Amino acid sequence: MWSFFHKLGSPPWLYGIAGSILRWLLPLTLLALIAGASWGLLFTPPDFRQGNSYRIIYIHVPAAVVALAGYYVMALAGAVSLIWKMKMADVAMKACAPVGAALTFIALVTGAIWGKPTWGTWWVWDARITSMLILLFLYLGVIALYEAYDNKAAAAKACAVLSLVGTVNIPIIYKSVDWWYSLHQPASIKFTGGSTIDPSMLYPLMLMIASFYALFTCCLLLNMRVEILRREARTNWVRKLVGA
Amino acid sequence: MSAPVAIFPEAPGTLAFCARLLRRQLVLALRRPVDIGNPLLFFAMVVALFPLGLGPAPGTLATFAPGILWIVALLANLLTADNLFRGDFDDGSLEQLLLSPQPLYTSVLAYVLSQWLVTGALLALLSPLFALMLNLAPGAIPTLVCSLLLGSGVLSLVGGIGAALTVGLRRGGMLVALLILPFYMPVLIFGSAAVQAAVIGAPAGAHLAILGAMLCLALALAPLAIGAALRISVDA
Repeated sequence: MWSFFHKLGSPPWLYGIAGSILRWLLPLTLLALIAGASWGLLFTPPDFRQGNSYRIIYIHVPAAVVALAGYYVMALAGAVSLIWKMKMADVAMKACAPVGAALTFIALVTGAIWGKPTWGTWWVWDARITSMLILLFLYLGVIALYEAYDNKAAAAKACAVLSLVGTVNIPIIYKSVDWWYSLHQPASIKFTGGSTIDPSMLYPLMLMIASFYALFTCCLLLNMRVEILRREARTNWVRKLVGA
Repeated sequence: MSAPVAIFPEAPGTLAFCARLLRRQLVLALRRPVDIGNPLLFFAMVVALFPLGLGPAPGTLATFAPGILWIVALLANLLTADNLFRGDFDDGSLEQLLLSPQPLYTSVLAYVLSQWLVTGALLALLSPLFALMLNLAPGAIPTLVCSLLLGSGVLSLVGGIGAALTVGLRRGGMLVALLILPFYMPVLIFGSAAVQAAVIGAPAGAHLAILGAMLCLALALAPLAIGAALRISVDA
């Protein structure tokens, strides 16, 4: 168990293992995405009130769910890097930020597109939308802070502190905007108690959420591999790898 | 807390040390009265912008007054946040503070407290004047002052985190704003909600209680984050 943990700190080992995970995870993810998207977009019944426009749920909800989870992955990686001084955790944290920001952005844009036919407006200052917007700001803040430092080791530590402060604040921000004003429909999927979504729509949605998690993992690993190569550009194993 | 005394017999106790630190920061601030006046002047000027932009109709101004006063107070706090550790970082005394055996948690609190006294608290006490200029209902003024006193404490503590993270950077100013504004938003929501409740005569106690809870949480956790961030900035 501990030897596995220590191996995580080794750049060449992590680079290799990320590559071999990607080799089967990436095709599987693409397959699941295509399957889930076509199931959701083509083969599910239309909603009795929203008609076909609700189908964007198969992009919107997975993106939003994974964007929020991604922040916690980033903060967790930051905590690991602060506690165990593990350089590869820095790499993971840095790789998370752009992926999470992109997913948050997708969730906001698809939400706006969904809002136009259902609510009659592109944008409302609703609790969930506002907190997703703030989440986007938090991601962009982490990226901006990282880029502002010349010393990348210090940059990673500073970003780790910032993302940990964010984890304390995200529930507060979420609850405060929730009490402030709410128009968004309540969550349809509940693990405790009954879901308010029909199984014929729920299963493709579940598949899409799972494939977005897989997609997040793939992007994370790809980003990490690039970052590892960039950091280790002067070492022998990278030179050997690129054949220079 | 007895450890520093055991190693350095002459070292002051934690509380005495904090008191000295606070006194030093306040003396430094009072030696440059312009720096204390600037946020207040900024507050006054931005308040003056709103009647020019929205039109001087008293009804309009009164509707927006709670939000305007809170947003402007928030921006005034933001402007001063950047300078909290800058001077001490440049002349090296911050490094001495980190090396000293005194607990960083309390020292950092002394810094933030001094900054709050000369910006947030001062602004809160002067806010009735601006509230009258914006035609806020007089009954809401005590709530405004209370909410600003509680809320600006949170703003100072959170601002301290941003200041500590960017103190080592040459171009910190804009970045501090980007980093900490998202964390200011809950304070803004409950601060202006308290004043709005007081305007319509509803009880504002619940909002003030939540602001107080945020202040307690920030008091407990923010100094830890500020301390960690200062160590990172000084090491870099």
